[in-house]
Amino acid sequence: MDKVKKQSEFVRVMKQMSKNKLAMFGLIILLAELVLVLLAPVIAPYEYSYMDAMAMQQGPSAAHWFGTDELGRDIFSRVLYGGRYSITMGLFAVLISQTMGIALGAVAGYFGGQVDNVMMRALDIVQSLPAMLLSIVLSTVLGPGYMNTILALSVNGMPGAARMLRAQMMKVRDCEYIEAAQSINCSKFRIIVNHMIPNSFSPNIVQATMGVAHMITMAASLSFIGLGVQPPTPEWGAMLSGSRQFIRQCPHMVIFPGLAIAITILALNLMGDGLRDALDPKLKR
Amino acid sequence: MSEQKKDQTFLEVKDLKVEYFSDGQTVHAVNGVSLKIERGKTLGLVGETGAGKTTIAKSILRILPDVGAKVTEGKVYLDGQELFALPEQEMRKIRGNGISMIFQDPMTALNPVQTVGDQIAEVVRLHNAGSKESFEKRAREMLEMVGIPGDRYHEYPHQFSGGMKQRVVIAIALACNPGLLLADEPTTALDVTIQAQVLELIGELREKYNTAMLLITHDMGVVAQVCDEVAVIYAGRIIEYGSKEQIFDHPSHPYTIGLFGAIPSMKEDEEWLHPIEGLPPDPVNLPEGCAFHPRCPYATEECKKKPIEMYQTADGHQCRCCHMGAAKKGE
Amino acid sequence: MGKYVVKRLLWMIPIVLGVAVLVFTLMTFCPGDPAEIILGSTATEESLALKRAELGLDDPYLVRLGNFLSDTFLHFNLGDSWMSGVSIAESIKEYLPRTLILSIIMISISAVVGIPLGVIAAVKQNRWQDNLCMVVALVGISIPSFWLALLLVILFSVKLNWLPAMGIGGFKYYILPALAGCTGGIAALARQTRSSMLDVIRSDYIITARAKGVPEGQVIVKHALKNGLIPIITVLGTQFGRLLGGTMILETIFVIPGMGQFIITAVNGRDYQVVQIGSIFLAIAFSFCMLVVDLLYAMVDPRIKAKYSGKSQKRKKVQANG
Repeated sequence: MDKVKKQSEFVRVMKQMSKNKLAMFGLIILLAELVLVLLAPVIAPYEYSYMDAMAMQQGPSAAHWFGTDELGRDIFSRVLYGGRYSITMGLFAVLISQTMGIALGAVAGYFGGQVDNVMMRALDIVQSLPAMLLSIVLSTVLGPGYMNTILALSVNGMPGAARMLRAQMMKVRDCEYIEAAQSINCSKFRIIVNHMIPNSFSPNIVQATMGVAHMITMAASLSFIGLGVQPPTPEWGAMLSGSRQFIRQCPHMVIFPGLAIAITILALNLMGDGLRDALDPKLKR
Repeated sequence: MSEQKKDQTFLEVKDLKVEYFSDGQTVHAVNGVSLKIERGKTLGLVGETGAGKTTIAKSILRILPDVGAKVTEGKVYLDGQELFALPEQEMRKIRGNGISMIFQDPMTALNPVQTVGDQIAEVVRLHNAGSKESFEKRAREMLEMVGIPGDRYHEYPHQFSGGMKQRVVIAIALACNPGLLLADEPTTALDVTIQAQVLELIGELREKYNTAMLLITHDMGVVAQVCDEVAVIYAGRIIEYGSKEQIFDHPSHPYTIGLFGAIPSMKEDEEWLHPIEGLPPDPVNLPEGCAFHPRCPYATEECKKKPIEMYQTADGHQCRCCHMGAAKKGE
Repeated sequence: MGKYVVKRLLWMIPIVLGVAVLVFTLMTFCPGDPAEIILGSTATEESLALKRAELGLDDPYLVRLGNFLSDTFLHFNLGDSWMSGVSIAESIKEYLPRTLILSIIMISISAVVGIPLGVIAAVKQNRWQDNLCMVVALVGISIPSFWLALLLVILFSVKLNWLPAMGIGGFKYYILPALAGCTGGIAALARQTRSSMLDVIRSDYIITARAKGVPEGQVIVKHALKNGLIPIITVLGTQFGRLLGGTMILETIFVIPGMGQFIITAVNGRDYQVVQIGSIFLAIAFSFCMLVVDLLYAMVDPRIKAKYSGKSQKRKKVQANG
């Protein structure tokens, strides 16, 4: 029964979203990008680490669509492979931060009172550091690298997710079906996990979609300033960081990796907008 | 006769048609409404929710939403002046000054971030020359006139109760002594005990300034208390129109009769109220012919064919029904 | 109202202490030996040990935390940079204003451009003006500011040679960083303004205002915008936080000696003291901004003001008695 309802809600949201041309446009771009990135070994004309000493810092051409970098590596191939890092970093960082945030938010929202108070004040402290600063400090502590950067970013997104869920939980907490569940002696864990979270987390879904976009930017920023993922890994931010010094001679080295970031984020934002409108009928025009 | 009548007429609405558009559908909200109000008199506009009452009032003031609503036909004359022909700037001078409106829900009709005094003073400022002090003075006067101490000028709507807010709305509406007041269910959102007070207040102030009023309501009790004339509206059409006495003593349209049947009578010991069967029609596709025929106990084939004309009796009582006699007999 | 401000200011004390403990604790888990980084890999074991003792790195965590907190908050001794030996207080006096000014310039441009864009979009909903504004806004939030900074440098410094690409000096030096930094803010504010205006514009009190004969321009600005400001101010606050962070990155691109460069250099050099003190100052600056945001709420919405000052309760009691 429960399953059927969830399914239909999902179908409804998808139907609503499919009417939104911009959201569909975003979805198509994103899917296309995912295919390109997943099939990078097939599509990419060169190995991402292959250096062609004869073709260093060349502009875009038929042989090298996006040109080559200072070591003669094909930028198009590197952008394709780089997507694997950048996009998955965004996805995993959001996944982890939402999981942590939902767990914390659920506890705070369900128990309320002192528990809630202490947790919220702790989040206040974390959030009183600008997000970028916290990421910088965290990724210094954790050290560079793919997994560590994801962790550093997730800690950052966690307070927002926790607050969002907590606010929804507070609304749901007083609903009658929760009282009904309590009256038949459901365990607290069961009430939270089976009844309250499913009814509260749709704002978190929207937050997560937008969050992926934000996380990708943050990850790229970190790599850009030399934390995060390190060259020669073809992460987009790291590529930008490496090409910065050649900005005068070869702007193409700067343009293409950044364009990849911008298009990904644009697509995610288009989808996020569509999802928000679909999930929140109140905002419908 | 007609010449004489024209002189007394203050507001005249002729053949008003309004349509809404949403999701590619056309909603026929108002379908050829004509009405007249004389100076200082009150016309009650009675009908169910969704019958198009508020739309008529908003069209008169030309404050229908820009997008999605359109007056497709009709003219409105205020004191002989054709309102739909006026440029927006001229129309603005009439809003709040020549015609003002009281809204249904006082809880949401006031700007929450502006003091009530300023909200009254604003309408005074817009339509009168003078100093800031004079506007404030007038606003204070109006507050006291509606029974609120003047020293609450600087308070915000959230500090007022529902009834008090409606008093403020009334003060805004009457601050510039308008010739016509459009009152859109002014008491519906209020407690029953407050309703009478508010109606009385409106009555007093209107008498003072000889203001005409279009009172929109679905409450027959309010009509009986306040109105001179009554227009019963159904699915965007006036289906019965006459003096209060005519309508109350000799309701002719089956719908009007039905409306009275749905009110409990204190005199007779009734066991059941008599609700009108069925639901109001969907304004997207109105029934052919008389819009009421699917719910009408007296409907015949004739009712379904073509639009019914307005029949008029000698004393000016109008009714849009081809079985005018039948309904009465049936009773 | 004043009481509320004092309460908020007092509340900042535990927050700042919390930040201090948080950052200090994080830094102790930092890999890498500061002594080695400072002295270089050629340093002998003895000199490294000496340096560690000098920096107090050998003491247990709690002792060092206690020392750090008492030095910072009781004696207001912010210490010196481990790397350069320069007084941190002096550096912050120089760097913090620069970062704040840059962020404030950016947030001001964002507000001045973004809010009107959102208003236009809402008023002309679903027409070409709306679509144009929203496309511009979407592109705006999608472009990472550090990439835009590089593009601007390519165009205006390298190709056109109009503006300096780096360093500090006159007004000219701030143009590119400000442009690069403000697009995200403009976009976010335009989107929020549009959606809250659309919420408000259908309210009954807007119809009331029209029915009063208020000219359309005043209806939009005086009645609608003023009511829609609360969520817009919220975005203004969050954007300021983002801008502070973004400015840190932009400073490294445009070689502006501000807090960002200060902290990022210190992070790479394991200059714990600088990172800790720098973070605390940025947190204080950020908290102040959040306080300003809350006070702005009270300014635009009397209901919130009443909540702050507890006045509405009194009025209710009076009403109940009367």
